[in-house]
Amino acid sequence: MPQKGYVEISVEGCKGCNLCVLHCPTNCLALNTKDTNSYGLHYAYLAEEDKCIACMNCSVICPDAAITVYKKMAA
Amino acid sequence: MKEGYELIYKRPESLLQTRMHYCPGCFHSTTHKILMEVVDELGIKEKTVGVCPVGCSVFAYDYLDVDMQEAAHGRAAAVATGIKRILPDRVVFSYQGDGDLAAIGTAETLHACNRGENFTFIFINNGIYGMTGGQMAPTTLEGQKTSTSPYGRDPEKVGLPLKMCEIVSQFKRVAFVQRVSFNTPANARKAKKAIKTAFEIQMKKLGTTFIEVASNCPSQWKCTPEESLDWLTNHVFPYYPLGVFKEPPKTKE
Amino acid sequence: MVETKLMKGNEALAEAAIRSGLQAYFGYPITPQSEVIEYLAREEPKYNYVLLQAESEVAAVNMLYGSGGAGGRVMTTTSSPGFSLMQEGISYIACAEIPCVFANIVRGGPGLGTIQPSQSDYNQATKGGGHGDYNIIVLVPNSVQEMVDHCRLAFELADKYRTPAMLLSDGAIGQMMEKVNLPEPIEYKPNKPWATTGKTPDRERNILTSLYIKSETMEEKNKILQEKYKQIIANEIRFDEYKTDDAEIIITSFGLTSRIAKKTVDIGREEGMKLGLFRPITVWPFPTKALAEIASRPQVKFFISVEMNAGQMVEDVKLAVCGQKSVHFYGRMGGIVPTPDEILDVIKEKEAGRD
Repeated sequence: MPQKGYVEISVEGCKGCNLCVLHCPTNCLALNTKDTNSYGLHYAYLAEEDKCIACMNCSVICPDAAITVYKKMAA
Repeated sequence: MKEGYELIYKRPESLLQTRMHYCPGCFHSTTHKILMEVVDELGIKEKTVGVCPVGCSVFAYDYLDVDMQEAAHGRAAAVATGIKRILPDRVVFSYQGDGDLAAIGTAETLHACNRGENFTFIFINNGIYGMTGGQMAPTTLEGQKTSTSPYGRDPEKVGLPLKMCEIVSQFKRVAFVQRVSFNTPANARKAKKAIKTAFEIQMKKLGTTFIEVASNCPSQWKCTPEESLDWLTNHVFPYYPLGVFKEPPKTKE
Repeated sequence: MVETKLMKGNEALAEAAIRSGLQAYFGYPITPQSEVIEYLAREEPKYNYVLLQAESEVAAVNMLYGSGGAGGRVMTTTSSPGFSLMQEGISYIACAEIPCVFANIVRGGPGLGTIQPSQSDYNQATKGGGHGDYNIIVLVPNSVQEMVDHCRLAFELADKYRTPAMLLSDGAIGQMMEKVNLPEPIEYKPNKPWATTGKTPDRERNILTSLYIKSETMEEKNKILQEKYKQIIANEIRFDEYKTDDAEIIITSFGLTSRIAKKTVDIGREEGMKLGLFRPITVWPFPTKALAEIASRPQVKFFISVEMNAGQMVEDVKLAVCGQKSVHFYGRMGGIVPTPDEILDVIKEKEAGRD
């Protein structure tokens, strides 16, 4: 399936609240539980890139405006 | 940016790059973000003046790239009244928590609403005093445990939680009242639309606009952000239902 | 052109505010000063100032904070219990450095007290009044004319120093009618680049706050305020002297009682007593140096502070005199105005009691 979109999540801007992971309809986001940012917080990341559909649920729910969303342009 | 892709969402410009001090998952952050998205989308940054409260959001002016005044505890509605009366063409909002708006500042809140002061209340109701360490708020639910109601809120002793949307809807000169939340993306989108509508009504000078955010406080509710959403759904929304309580009569365009 | 009228003190104050370019007034009725808001309400249609009867003095002072912070020339008036309610807001306004004007038409206290004139809010006015280290400029009118003159001056000083300024008047000055010369109205053009009028692209956002959570920054803010207060002390002290040049006994008195004390000086001099009057016009900043100089004169025997309170300004007089001469006090309380004769009797007692 062709990739419809992708997101960039600011490692330092993320506080690891997990709300984006919780509300991602395709489960493409995950919390990195093996690493922390400089604040000592786990951060969310795009774990399965090809599943992102650029629905913006994550950026809408993200309290800290840490997520930037890109969508594949129409051919 | 990858080739063949377009940017469809980024942090609003009017939300400064400063890291917000709020706890992970706190709706204060979400409200700040959405508020600045609305300011940017309406193109009203140069016209916007905000009023900060006392409470967790006392430092809101560190994050919002608009002119702001810091009010004494509870007096944001009076301060906003002063600003709006002398600068009637500006878009003015007061940003207040439940202790601020519904306890110590109840008189200022109700009288501003009764006069139909033409500014927008952004009321963050998380049912607890966050900054001071989790004490009971005027909006703490019946039976809810806080540091000053360790056995649960007892209505026999301290009354029932105040329903501010329901109260201010009674005022004739209040134009728009909506209770929103950020517990799901769908509700967050509705919340943004509500704030935008409130500002638009304010710009039309139709009266007071009042947005209550049924908010969370994972730290003082002693739960994870995810669990705080469950508390909202299972306990807060049944007592504080989301929705529009009052809106201006629809006019034919 | 100056206009001459017979006016009540409170109404003259209101008219002076209009002529000084008043842009907003917020207040709550309280005796004996309600004529101010009533006058402004009557005149409102002719002008474009904002007039709002607030739900309380607490709301009024915070409306003042908002509108003054938004760049307006703004005023409120009240009387003693109302001024107590405003103290929280004045502390915030002083720290956020918002220019605005207050008038306290003092009545007798403590508590609900009486509606008769008093000077018992001297300490509250001159020592800050609310929490924290701050002072506000305090002008004391002793006539209806000075209600007018000091009103204009208070607005100017408030703007000049970005600070609250106030008139400390009393129920008698507020209520009595006198001939008054009203100045030419001015067209007020504010120049307040710090005001929260909306962030334009050419500047950073303006924030008005009194919150400095780090101790170091709070101390810095305090130092800035204290430096400002030093400037005010250096530049803005005002006082009046009456027959002090050769005086042996100096009456110190402010506001209403200074008029009575003036009469006492005249009566005393007719009887051969060399009396003089020293009247502070600003009670903060207090004319300490001028009083100290008078105290150093060899012929000066003693001071007596005459006030309508239990002895408030006398403490500042003692600090100024600093032990050079003795400082006595005579006061009436509860709204009672002393007569020249009773003041003179007390002076004679003190004179007789001297070594």
